[in-house]
This record gives sequence, structure tokens and C-alpha cells, in this order.
Amino acid sequence: MIARLAPVILAAEEAHAAELSSGGLLASAAWLIPVVPMVAAWVIALFGKRFPYKGWDVAIAVMGFEAVYGTVLLLSHIANPIGYEGSIEVARIGSFPIEWGWNVDGLSIMMYFIIGVVGFLVFLYAKGYMEGDIRYTWFFASFILFAGGMLVLVSAPNLIQLIVGWELVGVASWLLIGHYWEDHENSSAAIKAFLTNKVGDVGLFIGAIIVAVSVGSFRFSDVLDGVESGAPTLARYAFWAGIALFIGAMGKSAQFPLHVWLPDAMAGPTPVSALMHAATMVTAGVYLVGRVYPLYLTEGFADEVRSVIIVIGALTLFLTGLIALVQNDIKRVLAYSTLSQLGYMTAAMGAGAYTAGLFHLFTHAFFKALLFLGAGSVIHAVRSNEMTDMGGLRKDMPWTFRTFVVGSLALAGILPLAGFFSKDEILASLRFAGSGDSGFTGAQGGAALANVVLVLAIAGAFVTAFYMARTVFLTFYGSYKGHGHPHESPRVMWVPLAALGVFSIVAGWINIPGITSTFTDVVGARFHLVADHHAESFDYLAMVLGLAAAAAGIALGYRIWGPDQDTQEARDTFSIPVLYPLLSAKYGIDDFYMEGIIKPVRGPIARAVDWFNGHVIDFVINGAGFAARGIGKLVYAFDQQGVDGAINAAGAATGAAGSVLRRSQSGRIQQYAVGMIAGAVALVAGFVIFL
Amino acid sequence: MTITQFILLGAALFSIGVYGLLTRRNAVLVLLSVEVMLAAVTINLVAFDRHVADQLAGGQVFALFTIAIGAAEVGIGLAIVLLIFRNRRTSNVDDLELLKL
Repeated sequence: MIARLAPVILAAEEAHAAELSSGGLLASAAWLIPVVPMVAAWVIALFGKRFPYKGWDVAIAVMGFEAVYGTVLLLSHIANPIGYEGSIEVARIGSFPIEWGWNVDGLSIMMYFIIGVVGFLVFLYAKGYMEGDIRYTWFFASFILFAGGMLVLVSAPNLIQLIVGWELVGVASWLLIGHYWEDHENSSAAIKAFLTNKVGDVGLFIGAIIVAVSVGSFRFSDVLDGVESGAPTLARYAFWAGIALFIGAMGKSAQFPLHVWLPDAMAGPTPVSALMHAATMVTAGVYLVGRVYPLYLTEGFADEVRSVIIVIGALTLFLTGLIALVQNDIKRVLAYSTLSQLGYMTAAMGAGAYTAGLFHLFTHAFFKALLFLGAGSVIHAVRSNEMTDMGGLRKDMPWTFRTFVVGSLALAGILPLAGFFSKDEILASLRFAGSGDSGFTGAQGGAALANVVLVLAIAGAFVTAFYMARTVFLTFYGSYKGHGHPHESPRVMWVPLAALGVFSIVAGWINIPGITSTFTDVVGARFHLVADHHAESFDYLAMVLGLAAAAAGIALGYRIWGPDQDTQEARDTFSIPVLYPLLSAKYGIDDFYMEGIIKPVRGPIARAVDWFNGHVIDFVINGAGFAARGIGKLVYAFDQQGVDGAINAAGAATGAAGSVLRRSQSGRIQQYAVGMIAGAVALVAGFVIFL
Repeated sequence: MTITQFILLGAALFSIGVYGLLTRRNAVLVLLSVEVMLAAVTINLVAFDRHVADQLAGGQVFALFTIAIGAAEVGIGLAIVLLIFRNRRTSNVDDLELLKL
């Protein structure tokens, strides 16, 4: 079935964008990006223990390769935009070729860069964090599979490969979240993450099927060609395809009704959380929306779905941010913060701001990885996840403290740091979409919707700053409330923190309105150019409002949990009558899923299966047993009476025939002669009569 | 002279031979009966040769063969009978039943 091994190259020369280059060897060798980690995963799993550093050395070498390759690709892409797509047909179902390929364009290069760089730093950190773990080698095997699955997903030029990568990421996340499976809670969290993702995956599968059937190809380039040329079949089903694909994105990117798995995914080791929340897994949904973005942007196709996307994004960014306020587990605070930031990205995508959404994904990858690794460093020192066991750590852990503060400020969106620029771009885009003359919102009343979302986004900025202030003050200020004496983590752990801190400061500087639009150019340089809004100058109102909200959040946080020890003790449990129970119950969504869906479904199903087992399966098995015994008896009888009887009868018949025939053997020649003559006469008579 | 008379003569001789073969007990007489049957066959061969009148005269040639073989057969047969008589002091074929199983 392997039709051809020479790849079909869709390089820039023959494609739509004349200003793209084919990228040369750098792009044609990019198939190594997903393949190397997949091979490494097997090598570590099978032979990892024989290496001097028990598999970590293989993993870090691979991630180093990814980081270097990603950086080189990004730099050459900035210098000379690359558009390249290679595909190899591996099988064919009817008229649908199933292809494996690799995609090198602005969007995927940006992802290669953050997966490589953030991944490398996280793997470096993981050596210190996982030291002495019982399944050290296995951890790195599944961790590299996790990164590799994401690279398969990102490099996919068609929906089939994207789904393969999507599921690889899902499986690897299941392995990693359940890494400490001896604790039942952790394995439940792994199963919850996997199953919640599966709900979204069904949407992705349906969307992929709708798109493939209506276009006749799984390739993104063919789908987006169809959008460009206004293919009528695709246009008819585009709305449902767009909805279904977005449901898939909601599962992986943990958007509002399907967000419940992400906070529980904290059960995995901290480096896993860092990578999962920064570069891999949760970015997949936003990436998917970005990959098929012209479908959502073009009028007459799925443009109406953007109203759904913006509402889901706004709900996610606001509601989950509030939950972060009442969490005491430092990793859970960060998890809810990730949900909230993913909501920003999704809302931006819904508002038609492709660049803004991806820019926030880009900057968020650095500071969220930084915050998780910082939290991991703290947890490593305190040996507890609870912020009530921390406090006053700034003197004991100077590097962790400094970098964590940088990350928090970046996340809160304070002026020169990365988060400010990306969040500001989202706010500006929302304001532009709400101004009515953008044409970005397809649905009726889209402008009003965008304005509501803008208000929620500014409120979200306030909440973000508020909970990050709470986290920093509870963790690093006041007095230490835990046990033992915490001290700074080893250098292999704080060096990645410092590196990520630098990125968290500078990553936003590549897309400053009026000064540079490097990032816009990077992600916009692809075959199917995405019309995008990049402001020529700052939207000062959005900027001032965003900054003011962040400053107010920090100020209020200082007011409540400021370094004054007495206040801190008093405010440890943040309690407001109605809000606190609501938030600490997470709006009851988790309970609703458990009590309202899982248990009613699980109970009857379990009973039905039990009944089926007791009645149908046992009946069949017992019946089979009885039938086998009956057949055995029958066969025995046949053997004893039929077969033996036939053999004995044959013997007896031979004996009888012998005793009859022996009489003719008299030995008397004249008797024999009589026989001969009688025979001759009979023959002659026969000839005479019959012939 | 028609061929019928020769065939009838052959048939009569053959029947006499068969009768002698089946009824005589003396081995020498049994051999003699066989010779009578051979003579009947020879008469038939010669008669049919004249009747068919083929150029190679096959019937006459085969008649000579038959006579030669008959002489040889009698030679061997009498020698066997002589040896049996010498060993068992009888030439009665009813006593010679070593051929039975």
C-alpha cells in the first residue's frame, strides 16, 4: 500500500504567496522535528537505564536539538519567510490518500520554537526535580513522547496526522498525570483528563470527517484552498465543521464546560504541568483554530462560529480566573490562571484577532512555564503544595523569588514585560472588533458582544493581577509556616528559571504597535494568508484600562495579603459570604458532571452490564459447556460403535470370506481345469450372445 | 469341402480332449487329452488359413509353431510325470494335491 516515498512538496514557488521562500534544506529536513523525539521515546523506554544519566541525557539532547532547530528556523523565517509543506502518501482509503507530512510555515515555526525552547528548559529543570524518582527513566520516556506528540501535531499538514499527534499528546498526558499512580487520586485525575479530552475529540473527529468529505481531502492546504475559492459544498457544511472542530479545541485547550480536567492534571509532576500549560497540550486547541483560521474568518463559511468562540473564551477567562482566588494549592492557582489565559486566547481568536491570540499563546508559554517551575521549586523545598505551609520564602530562595515575581508581573500584564504586550493586543483587538467598523464579527450584534467581552477581559486582567499578588504574598512574604528549613533549589533548577525569566521580560518586545510587527509577520507568513488587524499605534484607552486593572489588582492584593504578618494570618482564608462557597465549589461544575452525568450514566450501565454478564454471557458460556459435553458423548459413542464396529466388521467379513473361499483351493488340478474351461465357455458365450 | 466340416471336426476333437482332461485320473492320459485339444486347435488354424487365404499363410505357420510347442510340452510334461511317479509311486492326479493352500 505504500504508494510513493518521494514526498509531494508544496513549496512556496508554486503556491499562492510569492513572497515566501521554500526554505531550502532547513525546511525539507524538518521532518526530523517530530521523528527524533518519537524515536527517542522508544530508545529511552527500552534502553534508557543503560545511559549514564538514565535516559535524561537522551531526552535533553533531543530537546536541545529541537530548541536549536526551532530557533534557527525562527531566525531564518524572520529574515526570509518560509512556506513549505511536504507530504508522503502512506496508505489510501478509497479516494482519500492518508499522508504523513511536515509543515514549515509561520504558525508551525512559532510552535516549534516555543516547544523546543520551553521544552529544553523544562527538561533541564526536570533533572533536578525528578532526582531520585522511582520511575525516573520511564518519566523521561513518556515526557519526550509528550513533547514529540505535540510536534507531530504541530507539523501536521493534514487532519489525519493532526489527530494522530492529538491522541499521542492525550496518551502521554495520561501517562504523566498518572505518574504517581499508587495514589488513587492521581490515577483518577489522569482518567478524568483523558475522558474529558475524549469528549472534545469526538467533536474533532466529526469536524475532520465533515471537512474531508466536503472537500475530498484531509490536507489543510486543500481545505483552505476550498475556502479561498468559495467551494459550495464546503460552504454548506462549514458552520457545523467549524463548531465540531472548535469542540475539539475546547477539549484540549480546556475551555469553559470542558475545563474541569486541567486543574486536576496538577496531580502530575511539576515539570509536566509546566510543559502542559505552556507549550504543549493546552495550546493545541488554539493552534488548531489558528491552523484553519481562514475557515472561521471567511464570510459564508464558519464565520458565525466566531460568536460561539468569543463567548466561550470570555466565559472561560472570567469564571476560571475567579476560582483561582480561592485555591490554596499553589499549582491549582496557576492551573486556573492558565484556564483564564487560554480564555483570553480563545476570545481573541473569536474576535478575529489571529495574531493577538497566538501572541498571547507565545508570551504565555514563557511566563507560565516560569511560574510552574518556580512553584515546583518552592514545592521541592517546602514538600507541600499548600500555600498555607509556605510564607516568607523570599530570603531562603532568592532566585526562585526573583523569577517568580517576574513571571507574576508578566502574567498580570505590567508594562515592559511580555504579558503586557500580548494582553494589550487582545484588548485592543476586542475594542477594534467592538467598534463596528472592523467587519471581524460575523454575527448580528457582534460589535455589542465584543464590547461585553472587552469588559470581561479587563475585569479578568484585574482578577489575574489580584490572585497573582495573593500567591506571591502568601508564598514569599510573611513568616514561614511549614516544617523544616527550606533552601534554594540546585542550580540545574534555577538556571532554567532565570532563562525563562529573561524570555518573560523580552518576549513581548517583538510585537510593539508602531515600533515592530515581527510576530505578526512571523505567524502571518503562511500559504493561506490570514487577514489580520495589527494596530499601527497603541490603543491608549485599552492600554490604560488594562494597566489600571492590573495595578488595582496588585494594590488590592497588597492591601489584603500584604507583608504585614497579622493581616496575612487573618486573611488566609479568603471568605465572602456567597462568592466563596460558589468559587470553592468551582461553580459546582465538577460535582454536576460527577452527580449529574457520570453517576446516573455509570449506575444503570454498571447494572445493565452486570445483568448482561449474569444472564446472557453466563448463559452462553454454560450453553457452550453443555453443548461441548453432549458433542463429546456423541463422538465417544460414534467412535466406540461406529468406527470400531466398522473395523471389527471388516475383519470378520474378511475371515468369513476366507473360510468360504478356501474350499475352492482344493489342490486338484482337474477342478481348476473345470473352472478355467467353464470361464472360457462363459466368455465365448458372452461374445457370441452380446456382440 | 466347406470350412464347417473342419470346424465341426475341430470342435469334436476339442470336446473329446476336454472330456479326457476332466475325467482321466492317470496323469499320462491327462497329458494325452491335452495333446488332442492341441490337435483340434491346429486343425482350426489350418482350416481358417485356407478359408481366409492370406498371402503370408499365417495359419499354417502357427500350426507348425503349435506342433513344435506341443512336442516340447509333452517332453516336459512326461518328464514331470516320470519324476512324480518315481518319488510317490503313483501317477493319479487326485493324489497330487500339493498345490492346495
